[in-house]
Amino acid sequence: MNEEQPKYKTSDEVDFVIIGSGAAGGILAKELSTNGFRVVVLEQGPYLTEADYTHNEIKVLGEDLLTNHPKLQPTTFRKTPQDKAKQQRALIYGRSVGGTSVHFTANFWRFHEIDFIERSKVGAIPSANLVDWPIQYADLEPYYTKVEWEIGVSGLAGASPFDPPRSKPYPMPPLPVKSSGVIFERAARQLGWNPFPAPMAILSQPRAGRSACVNCGFCLSFGCEVGAKSSSLVAAIRVAERTGRCEIRPDSYVHRIETDARGRAVGAAYFDKDKNTHLQKAKAVIVCANGAETPRLLLMSANKHFPNGLANNSSGVVGKNLMLNSAAISMGVFDHPLNDYKGFAVSRILHDFYELDAQKVGFYGGGGLDGRFDATPIGFALNGLPPDTPKWGGAFKKTLAENFTRTMEVFSHGTSLPREENSFSLDPDLKDAWGLPALRMTYKDHPDDLKLAKWLNDRALELLDAAGARKKWSYPITEQEFAVHLLGTCRIGNDPKTSVINTDHRTHDVKNLFLCDGSSLVTSGRGQPTMTIEALAFRAADRITALAKSGELSA
Amino acid sequence: MINELSRRRFLSQAGIGVSAAWVSAHWPEMVSAATHAHQAMQSGVAYKFEFFTFAEATEIDALSARIIPTDDTPGAREAGVLYFIDRALVTFANGDQQKYREGLPELQSLVREKFPGVEKFSAATAEQQDELLHTMEASQTEKSPRRRSLKSAQTFLEALRIQTIAGFLIDPEVGLGNRGGVGWKLIAREPEHSFQPPFGYYDKDYPGWQPAPKMADKK
Repeated sequence: MNEEQPKYKTSDEVDFVIIGSGAAGGILAKELSTNGFRVVVLEQGPYLTEADYTHNEIKVLGEDLLTNHPKLQPTTFRKTPQDKAKQQRALIYGRSVGGTSVHFTANFWRFHEIDFIERSKVGAIPSANLVDWPIQYADLEPYYTKVEWEIGVSGLAGASPFDPPRSKPYPMPPLPVKSSGVIFERAARQLGWNPFPAPMAILSQPRAGRSACVNCGFCLSFGCEVGAKSSSLVAAIRVAERTGRCEIRPDSYVHRIETDARGRAVGAAYFDKDKNTHLQKAKAVIVCANGAETPRLLLMSANKHFPNGLANNSSGVVGKNLMLNSAAISMGVFDHPLNDYKGFAVSRILHDFYELDAQKVGFYGGGGLDGRFDATPIGFALNGLPPDTPKWGGAFKKTLAENFTRTMEVFSHGTSLPREENSFSLDPDLKDAWGLPALRMTYKDHPDDLKLAKWLNDRALELLDAAGARKKWSYPITEQEFAVHLLGTCRIGNDPKTSVINTDHRTHDVKNLFLCDGSSLVTSGRGQPTMTIEALAFRAADRITALAKSGELSA
Repeated sequence: MINELSRRRFLSQAGIGVSAAWVSAHWPEMVSAATHAHQAMQSGVAYKFEFFTFAEATEIDALSARIIPTDDTPGAREAGVLYFIDRALVTFANGDQQKYREGLPELQSLVREKFPGVEKFSAATAEQQDELLHTMEASQTEKSPRRRSLKSAQTFLEALRIQTIAGFLIDPEVGLGNRGGVGWKLIAREPEHSFQPPFGYYDKDYPGWQPAPKMADKK
């Protein structure tokens, strides 16, 4: 932790309290403190840094070193609002300073123009709540560029014919190609598609005092020990700390936003490490707690002015319209070693199917494919072998020995349609270790999302065939019951009746309360939301700064 | 974990079920079990089992050696999997104790039933042992009259299988279950934590990124 950090008293009314230090919270902290404001960031998880990150699969993957803990924070799941939810692990998110950006894959695709105006273009879709964004790609373009240059994204401008317009090239060349990338590229070209170097939020060259990637092979799910992965911790929070105006307060689990008699937010109540409660006062509150915890916090903050949850009077849609992104995985085994366990996950992708013609394919949607390998040894042995492999014995051992270095994945990433009944809400029975209502997820994929996943996966299998895979197979495409991408649950919009925040990220109902994270998204994009979350955060910081400077946020 | 804990890896594992969930739930404590197995193997003194009796340990050793056999390369035995499991059952996997307590006797009745005169699994030949495992496995999917009577044995076998794999492939640098790194050697996972391209066969002659000769204009 940086020593230049101030220590604010909880009774000291700072300019902003930001709840959550992930992709959005980190950037807002950097921008607002740089702009001269006094900021406290409350992060429920611990303050871990490069020295604490480890290649120990067990600590990271099993002990949830970097993620929410299923025993302390149990969750429930049901498919429809008519069902009784059952306790099961329903979601995963980052729970340390830097949030999910610490352990993500770092695929950093911009949204395209179509993602913002799809409703106008395709029309109404039965049993979906698809609407246009109130802002366009052009509004966000400068902020996408800002993410690439300030946070650090490697890539090659102009390499994809489907890329939206950009004002500047990437600040760094792409990462080196992996064997999975070469196989992917050659096969895709054979099929007439347009593969290109994956834009990744990982440094291909040293930059801003950070190391380039050393290809250690513990990337997805792990924190980067050399600071090459562009987490909000290394790329934003450290900048915020150096302003001397931003305090990062870890182990601070916010459970309520308090409001005054006029319905204005006065601060955030939280548990410290020892479960003592405090109230951090602030002139304005910004919630960046992710698409699950942000609506949960609003719902837990219900009071007599806001009986259905904070900022939920006008619309009633807090927690609704959840989107997870549709996905499919196919695996291929090749004759020679790829050694794809070395390095980051993804080096080549393609966007030829970003915008499918619904008339032709018979369903709404679009997506992208990437070529990758992201398995670790035990997980690979349990789940990465062809389904017809014996589960034990000499043949099992032989296949395991042969396949670990020879396997790659083709990952399909696609749209999810928003449906109002898909949601995060408070479980009426189950409590977490702090006695707070557990998250309840309600989710049933729109039929088009499943058709899309199947269609994209068929392309992935074609690609593996063209590549000459000696063996290929797919994981079953089934209705999703586990969430990683947490999108759309407090959507941005102009109409207070159908959205939670306006284009300034200000809640329609509470003047000094702002929300910015995956919950803000109106559509799901094609499976890689973090880049857009970060662009929105940069834009929100500009809007909030302007409002604060004009005196709009003073009581 | 799931790992995956990767986003969709997680999804796929969730679909596949039990095994990944088990690993996820129990992974934490595997570290200490792995360390323990390593120490036991290195100490050279007689190992005092914490969960198994000596007779049970002999059976578990024989079973895990059928799951990852020793052939021209080391298997579960050389990786110290038995000790890893013994430790696991008094720590993170103590919820599985019942599976072992009920599954082992059921397995032994099956041994005597199928091979009269053979008293226990470890006394059977390798072929007989494999046949016994197949019988237990098959009754998982068939509606055989045996289904009910072998239920405990199946549950036990699946727990043992996952624990054997975990004890064999756990990062040797971390907990040192995977003794001498034999598991990673088998799968050709180099032990280093920094690599330079080219990484594998297919990227070694890559000429560098070139735009496609003719970019399709599909927009």
